Parts: sequence; structure tokens; C-alpha cells
Amino acid sequence: MQMVTFKIDNRTAEVPAGTTILEAASKLGIAIPTLCYFKNLNDIGACRVCVVEIEGEERLFAACNTPAMDGMVVFTNSPRVREARRVNVELILSEHDCHCPTCVRSGNCKLQEVANDLNILGDVYDMQPERNKPDGGFPLIRTASKCIKCMRCVQVCDKVQSLNIWEVTGTGSRTTIGVKNGKKIWDTDCSLCGQCITHCPTGALRARDDTDKVYAALADPEITTVVQIAPAVRSAWAEQLGLSKEEATEARMVAAVKALGFDYVFDTDFAADLTIMEEGSEFLDRLQNGGTLPLMTSCCPGWVRFLKGQYPELTDNLSSAKSPQQMFGAVAKSYFAEKIGVDPHKIFCVSVMPCTAKKHEVTIPALSDACGDPDVDIALTTRELARMLKADHINVKELPELPFDSPLGTATGAGVIFGATGGVMEAALRSAYFLATGKNPDADAFKDVRGLDGWKEATYDVAGTPVRAAIASGLGNARRLIEAVKAGKVQYDFIEVMACPGGCAGGGGQPIHDGEEKAGERGEILYTLDKNMPLRFSHENPEITKLYADFMEKPLSHKAHHLLHTDHHAWEMPQQ
Amino acid sequence: MSRLTIPTPARAQGVIDTLYSDLGRRLQSNPVGVCPVDMASAFVNLCHSQSCGKCTPCRIGLGQLHNLLERVLNGDADEGTLELIEKTARVISVTADCAIGYEAAKLVLRSLSASRDDYEAHLQGNCTAHFDAPVPCVSLCPAHVDIPGYIALVQAGRYADAVRLIRKDNPFPSACALICEHPCESHCRRRLIDDALNIRGLKRMAVDCAGDVPVPASAEATGKTVAVIGGGPSGLSAAYYLALMGHSVTVFEKRKQLGGMLRYGIPSYRLPRETLDAEIQSILSAGITAKTGVDIGTDISFAALKADFDAVYISIGAHTDNKLGIEGETGKGVISAVQMLRGIGDNELPDFKNKNIIIVGGGNVAMDCTRSAMRLGAKTVTCVYRRRKEDMTALPEEVEGAIAEGCEVMELAAPVRIELGENGEAKALWVQPQMISNISRGRPAPVKADAPEQRLDADVIVVAIGQAIESEHFAANGIETKWGRIVADMDTFVKDNDGVFSGGDCVTGPATAIRAIAAGKTAAANIDNYLGFHHEISVDVEIPAAPIAIQPPCGRINLPERPAAERRNDFKLMEYAMTIQQAAQESARCLRCDHHGYGSFKGGRECKW
Repeated sequence: MQMVTFKIDNRTAEVPAGTTILEAASKLGIAIPTLCYFKNLNDIGACRVCVVEIEGEERLFAACNTPAMDGMVVFTNSPRVREARRVNVELILSEHDCHCPTCVRSGNCKLQEVANDLNILGDVYDMQPERNKPDGGFPLIRTASKCIKCMRCVQVCDKVQSLNIWEVTGTGSRTTIGVKNGKKIWDTDCSLCGQCITHCPTGALRARDDTDKVYAALADPEITTVVQIAPAVRSAWAEQLGLSKEEATEARMVAAVKALGFDYVFDTDFAADLTIMEEGSEFLDRLQNGGTLPLMTSCCPGWVRFLKGQYPELTDNLSSAKSPQQMFGAVAKSYFAEKIGVDPHKIFCVSVMPCTAKKHEVTIPALSDACGDPDVDIALTTRELARMLKADHINVKELPELPFDSPLGTATGAGVIFGATGGVMEAALRSAYFLATGKNPDADAFKDVRGLDGWKEATYDVAGTPVRAAIASGLGNARRLIEAVKAGKVQYDFIEVMACPGGCAGGGGQPIHDGEEKAGERGEILYTLDKNMPLRFSHENPEITKLYADFMEKPLSHKAHHLLHTDHHAWEMPQQ
Repeated sequence: MSRLTIPTPARAQGVIDTLYSDLGRRLQSNPVGVCPVDMASAFVNLCHSQSCGKCTPCRIGLGQLHNLLERVLNGDADEGTLELIEKTARVISVTADCAIGYEAAKLVLRSLSASRDDYEAHLQGNCTAHFDAPVPCVSLCPAHVDIPGYIALVQAGRYADAVRLIRKDNPFPSACALICEHPCESHCRRRLIDDALNIRGLKRMAVDCAGDVPVPASAEATGKTVAVIGGGPSGLSAAYYLALMGHSVTVFEKRKQLGGMLRYGIPSYRLPRETLDAEIQSILSAGITAKTGVDIGTDISFAALKADFDAVYISIGAHTDNKLGIEGETGKGVISAVQMLRGIGDNELPDFKNKNIIIVGGGNVAMDCTRSAMRLGAKTVTCVYRRRKEDMTALPEEVEGAIAEGCEVMELAAPVRIELGENGEAKALWVQPQMISNISRGRPAPVKADAPEQRLDADVIVVAIGQAIESEHFAANGIETKWGRIVADMDTFVKDNDGVFSGGDCVTGPATAIRAIAAGKTAAANIDNYLGFHHEISVDVEIPAAPIAIQPPCGRINLPERPAAERRNDFKLMEYAMTIQQAAQESARCLRCDHHGYGSFKGGRECKW
């Protein structure tokens, strides 16, 4: 490898040719403040906050996209750099609605951090933030007055998710970010993955806040409140509550949610196990009886929106099984309501999800079959849960741990790993193998499908039939995979897709850490939980067995079809 | 106080004057795609600051127009606002007391009528403008050649890589290095600092120093066949890319040799035959069959060709002449530019020795004829044009070059008749002096001057007033034509003719080589898709990183020419190349828009098509 030697802040450094000044500085422990920059995604030198001085040059250079070169002498805090960095941040602030106390990102805002670090006190320039446009009640909200035009949302939607929903609109002083072709966001194929939200440095992009409706239900004595918590939430729920990894246990999460006043705290993992029973049976049925293959998972609503918008001709490949969230709601407002003798109309079902697309999923009429009301009333994100805990000033750290309530709170390791890419596939294969052979495989027999690669594949023998499995996470990867399938370049029987890179662990509803991708770390937490679970096969979940025995009869029964499956043709994406 | 003083400009005024000229350059190289409403608002604001303030419409009206335009830009306007803008501008345009006011208002009216859609989009809160030309030179090159890429390669001395990179989008690097009209230079961002880069000159550096660069290997044979009618720049470009894509291509050329207008329109002092021949050979080396001396319509019918091939590309160019329509035009010694240049192309040189030659016309072809006539040993060469010199559509350097070589340019003279001798031979051209007058459709039009007709001695009169297209055979075989031009879409598809494509001069009318090449490239991509494939053309050339230092304000290096007195005697290449020293400085002037500005965000480089 060709190396270059240069000086930065009077220290000599040797780095591979092509290394940016920013990366080189970081290796030496020299921190250059950045704002628009996002590693491997956005290094376009837009904000001009990371500028540095290069000896002999009149102009200053963006450290994020200027490579270190032989003999270069760089200063990161020279008087000219200090002045320039400060002025550029002051200019950005003049276009930013600095009403921080009521901003969802207050305390977790890159602009706030950079401005605070620079000790900027007061406004130098006239404040002229862009005016906001109505959001139409869509779960994804853009507040134009907070947008700093870093372009990260455009980049993540184009490069990672391949949907190209956002684009730069207008020119000159009115350059801003808008929806492509002047459309309204709700009229596009936006998957609602929320990656633009988690990559936004400020509060310009956020998910709709639905906590008020939850508070209203909690305040109503007539209403029985039921909450389900998705697998990936437990890997991230306390990230911004000041708990260590050891303190942020699943049981402490249950205690915290209980402290908010919910009557029943249940586990979406239970519904994930149920999904495996239905989807696994459906897969075997399609495999053995010549149904439409490859079967594609349907638990990720971002992916379902993507497929129906971009490849509607493949709708029949989707599993008819509902997502765990919707299966849970259907069971809660039928089986569970019956069990506790409560009118299902008096049950308010909340979900806590790592996801923004779930907020749309709960509103699809075709996914509500139990009693006429929505099966799930409100989907909250992990971030909303954290905000509710903060609002109540619950001292989470001190709470004694509590188990999930019964009967919808028992789950297996197979349900837990739904929150990581490859998890649904692995869980399904564990049970499909059992359903086909009557024997359990080794629980870790399918671990090749784990990991953060965007497109994974593996072939397993299930009762003498080779099952060709493929897993994609991130919609750009999904698109590549689908195109290859359509072109006949690859052949698969079963495909799992998660819209967010790394799966739900990296979901668009998860806590935001600017500049970091946390899916891998969170996924590890889920795999550790799985490993330590007494039960690791969905078909061994005793509450699932009981549900079938007492109510649902068997997978793919008439009742199961009514409550746990759906017709994906029953609703359309705006552009379909 | 003295009765009179000698006005001397203040020093500050001198600086301000340079600011005005800098702003003028800036406006000339305005980025493509900026919002027209925003620009109109900025213009009217600038105009307002020029107001003396005496009369109402200008002093107040321009400010209110600016406010209204800002209202539109802010999304606070409705249809009524547009009407108010129109009404206000109309009143200013007819009531302002001087041009500062009324011309400013007309500017708004013209903007509104030309860009009504953009104005209306703002009423819905949308701006349809996009900064869609991140790299101005690439966007303005019809073939979208990666210009910053090859300039960086020239800077690095990697000439062969530069040629390979150019060939990804244009298989005629050598021809274009000599004769391209370089639209790429017109909006070069370097003009904001000093002047446009000499892009063509740097391309010449690349091709001159690259040596023999083999063309890339073709894709696996597809078994599909494509016929290309016309072996000019468009046809050969299409053939080249289709061959690289693995299709079997046959080019049918009516003339004795390939090259089209590059051979039969452009004299060798601008494009030497050996350069052209070598370039054509390199294109053919991609695996193309060429049949010369075959006329579609005479030797083979179009219908037969259509039946025999999976797709057909018609690129027959514009090779017949327009007539003056004056008395005596059929006389001996009256020839067309096409005829003259075609002869020269096949090395059949007309005998102009010691003759008086008159060329009629003001375009580049007229200049080619004028300068060729001089090289053929004419006694006098006069180019007659009915407008002024500055109105000629020929490049100014061509006109200046011709004059330097001893040709006469007679402006403001309209041919009225040709005087013939007893044997029907041309004797003289009679012209009516003209006066330049009102501007019509953007150009000043000549009117008859109150002066008597003039007689110009002439042994040969060359009519160079544009070319037409020989499309009758195609029209008779179901291809739609309009004014002789073949009607094809921007994607080169010919309506109602499955598998038939067309592009180049025969579709656009006489245009430039690079536009014909771009049409060939477009046709190749769309024919490939039509045949059921999606071959991508790319090249594995790594582009050097943008350097840190920018060349300080610096003069542009122009290509010198051989002394006029020497070059007028032969058909050898008249233009010198840059030296290595010059190329190093000139290439360092590139601002690398592929990296800086919008380039690093979007559109910096299209690696494949």
C-alpha cells in the first residue's frame, strides 16, 4: 500500500494514500468537528464546518473529503480555521429554527452539539429559517425550518435504500430538500423505513409522535391497556436513559413499561413465535404443494411497502402471514379478550416498535380482523417509549425486574432473533425442520444466515429437500436481490427481507446516535439472549401450543387464516 | 471654479468597471438549470439599482416587481399575482422614461412568457428547477464526455488513459481534438475566475501523445445484426458501440470512402486525412463491416435492408446543397459548397489556379470553401455575405483566419444575379449593397441599401448557404420526413417503423460533428435495448484525485496557427498543438467540478451508460 507522510497540528503522521484528513486526524486522536459528514454515506463537504488550513493555501479545505498528501502541513485549530468554522456554524444557525426546548432532538442534535462546543452565544445574523409545509399526518414528518441541508437523507434514501424519495429542490438561496417530482410524501413509494430520520443530524426529520393517544387510553378507567414490545426494542430501549448494558435488561424494560401504567405488558416475541408457526407451515405447504415460490417474508412493513410499490407483480410471493405486531393485536382482541372476559372494543392495544413503518401498518384495514376496531391501536417507536419514561421521571435503574405478563408474554429464542437480519429465516428454518422431520435440529444449525452482510444466502437440507434461503437487509440490497431473482440469475425458495440495514436492530424507530450504525451491536444482544433462553424453538413455546389447543386449532386452520393471515392485494400503495 | 474640467475616471470607478466585466462573465457562464424565477427576481433587483430615480415606473415599479417575484418564490402567490406582475411590467415597459426602466420590465415579461410553467409551479409551492448540470462541460457536451477526467489524466501525463476515457463516450477523439466546436467551453466555471479552459486543445494533447491505443474488446456475440446507413460520424459512432456490445454491424456508405462530412465537408488543413483514416480504422477494428460505394435506394432498397437486419440506423447526413434561386445559377462555374468539398475529400482538386473565386455564405462551410479556394491557388477569393461580419455564423477565428490568409470578406452584399458569358460560363456576380437593420428573431436583418448594384468579377461562384438531406427514398418507403429531414424522436426511434432508428444531420439538419456522434451513441444504447439487451459501456480508468492548489488567475493558452502566408499554400494541418509546458499549465486551470461543488454530491461522474 502506498503511504503518504504529512503533518497535522505539528505531529507527523503516515497514512495510506487516499486517506482523508478527517480520518487521518481521527487515527491520531485529533477530533475535527463535523456536521454534514456521515462515514461511508456523506462526504460531500456541504456544511464547511470540518474545514482545516493547509499551509501555503489561501483557501481552507473540508477535512471530510480532502485526502492527506505527501508533505502537506495541516492545522485544525489555526486562527483562520477557528474563525471560519464559527462563522459557518453561525450561518447554519441563522437558517435553523433554534427553538430547542420543544424539539424532539434536543440533547441529541449534532448542530446543537457543534454550536455548544464552539461556545456560540446568541445570534449574529438575522434568523430566517425556511417555512414549514404541512405533513398531512404522515408518520414521517419533515420540519423544513430545522433542515440544515446536509443531504444525508437524500444519500441514505438513494444509496442505501434505492428509493430516491428525497431530492434537492430549487436552486440558489431557496435550495432545499423536497420530495422527488414535487409530490407529497404520502403520495410516493416511501417505505417509511425511517432511515432518513435516524441519519438526520437535527430534528428536521422525525416520526410522528403518538404518545398523546396512549396517555389518553391510560387515563381512561374503562379501557384495558395492553402493550407489546418488539424483539429489537430490548436491545436499545435504555440507550439514552443512562443505563449500562448490564442494567438494561429485558426484565427491567418490562418493569419500566409497567411503571407507565399499562395493565398488561406482553412480548411481541410471542407473536413472532406464532408467525413462525404460520409462516413456516405456509412455506412447507408451498414447497410441497407447488405454491408460489420463492416465499418472501412479510413481517417488515417497510419491505412490504417497498415490494408493493416497486414490484407489485411479486405481491403473491409475500407470505400471507401477518407480521408479529398484527398477529399479536388479532390475538389480543380475540383470544385474550375472551380469556379475561373483556369486550375487545374496550382493549387498547399499543405496540412498541423499532420501526416507523409500523405506524402505517396498524392503520391498514385489511390487517385488522379481530373485532372491527384496529387490532393494534397505536404503534410507538423505541424513541417514544424512552420519551415517555423520561416524561414520568421513572428512575429506571432502581426498578426491580419483572417478567412479562401471561399468557402473551412467553417467548422462545427464535422469537427474539426476529430483531436481527437473518433472524426470521433462522427461526423459520428451526421450526420448518421440525415440522418436516418431527425432530429438532441443533438450535445453531442455521447460524450461517447471521451477520451484517446485505445479501446472504445458504442452502439447507430439510427432510431431503434442499431449501435455498436468501436474506437481504437494506432496500438497496433487496432491490439487487429481487432484480437478480427476476432476471433468473439466482434461484431461491425462501427470502427474508428487512428494510433497514441490519434488520430491526438498526430500525428507523430506534434511538439515534449521530454518525453511528448500531445494528450489529444490538443484534449481538439479541443473539446472546437467544443463546441463553431455555426454549429456542417457536414450536416449543407452551403458550403457543395452548393458543392452538384452546383457540386457533392448528397452523393454517380456518380461524388462523381469518385472524393471522391477510390478503396483501387488499390495499394499494399510492403509486400502484 | 473652472468653466470646464477634463473628466478622469476615479480609481474606484476603475475597480468597479472590472467588477461589471467580472459579473458579465459570470452571467455568461450561468449554471445550467437555475430557477428562472429566481434569476428574473435577481435581474430586476439589479436593474432597479441602476435606476436614476426620476420616473415613477422605474423607481417604484421595479421594486414592486421584485417584491412580487419574491412572493412567487416564497410560495405566497396565486394566479392573480402573476397577472399583477404581467400588468405592472407591461405598464413599466410602456411608461418608463428611459431604457433603464422599460428594458428591465421587458426582461420580466420575456421571462414570464418563456418560463410560465416554472412560475406556475411556484404557485403550488414547487420549484421545478434543478441544478442539473453539476459539471458544466460534461453537461454541455452532447456526448457527455468525461472532460474533467481526461483533463486530469493529461495533467498526470496518462495520455493513453485519457483517450480510453474519451472513447467511452466518443469514438472520435482525434477528429474532435481538431474540429470540435467545443460547446463544453461555453459555460466553463473557470470563466468566473479568468477564462474558459482550452478543452479542445487539451484533448489534442491527449491524442497526439497517446500513441496507438487499441479499442476495448467486444462483448460476446449476440447474433443480432444491425445495418447502419451512412458512414459519417453518427453512423460510425453507433456502429462502434453496437460492435462493442457484441452485435454484428454493417455500415453502408454511398461515397467511395467513410467519414461523411468529416471527410467530405472538412478540409484536410483542419483535419488531416491520415488522422481521419487512422481514427476510422480504429473504429472499424471493433469489428465492423463497411461497404462503401453502396447507395441505399439504388443498389439495395431500404425495404430489403429492413428485412435483412434486426435493426437499422439511418444516419445519411445532409449532403445536398441549397440553391440561391437567382438568375444565372445554372451557369458553368457555379458550384455548390458540397460539390467542391466532396471533390477535395476524394482528392479530386478543382482547378482554381489564377481564377477569381466568389463564395456566397457566412457559415463555417463558407469559410472552409473560402480558405480551400485560397489553397487551390486562386487569384482572388471573396466571401460575399448579406449581413455583417459579426453576424456570420462561422466561428470568429475562422473568419479572421481567412482574412489573414488574404481572402476578402465582403459584408452587406446580397447576390442578385450571375452574369454569364457567351458560352454560359460565369463572368460576374452582381450584388445589391445592404444596410443592417432591425433585429428579427434575435438577429439583425439586412435591408436593401439606397446604393446601386455592384459587379464582382468571378470565374467560379461557390454557393455555401446550407445543406439539405437526400431523404426521398426513405420518404417513399414509409419514413416520415419534414422539410426533407427524417422525423425521429430524441431517443432516435423512428415512429411507426419498428426497428428503425435515425439520428445526426439527417434528423437535425446540418449541425456539428459532436452532436452527430452523440446521436450515434444514443442510438446504440436504444438499439441495444430494442434488441433485448442491456450492455453497459464503461472503462476501467482511475481518475486522479483533485489537487489541492488551484491555478491563480491565469491567461488561457490558445493554439497558435502556422503563419498565414505559409499555410495558405497547402492543405497541411494549420494548427499547432500545445507544448508540454503549456498543457501542464492549462490543465492545472481546471477547477475539477467533478469533485468540488455539486460534483462530489451528485453527478460528478457517470462511469457507465
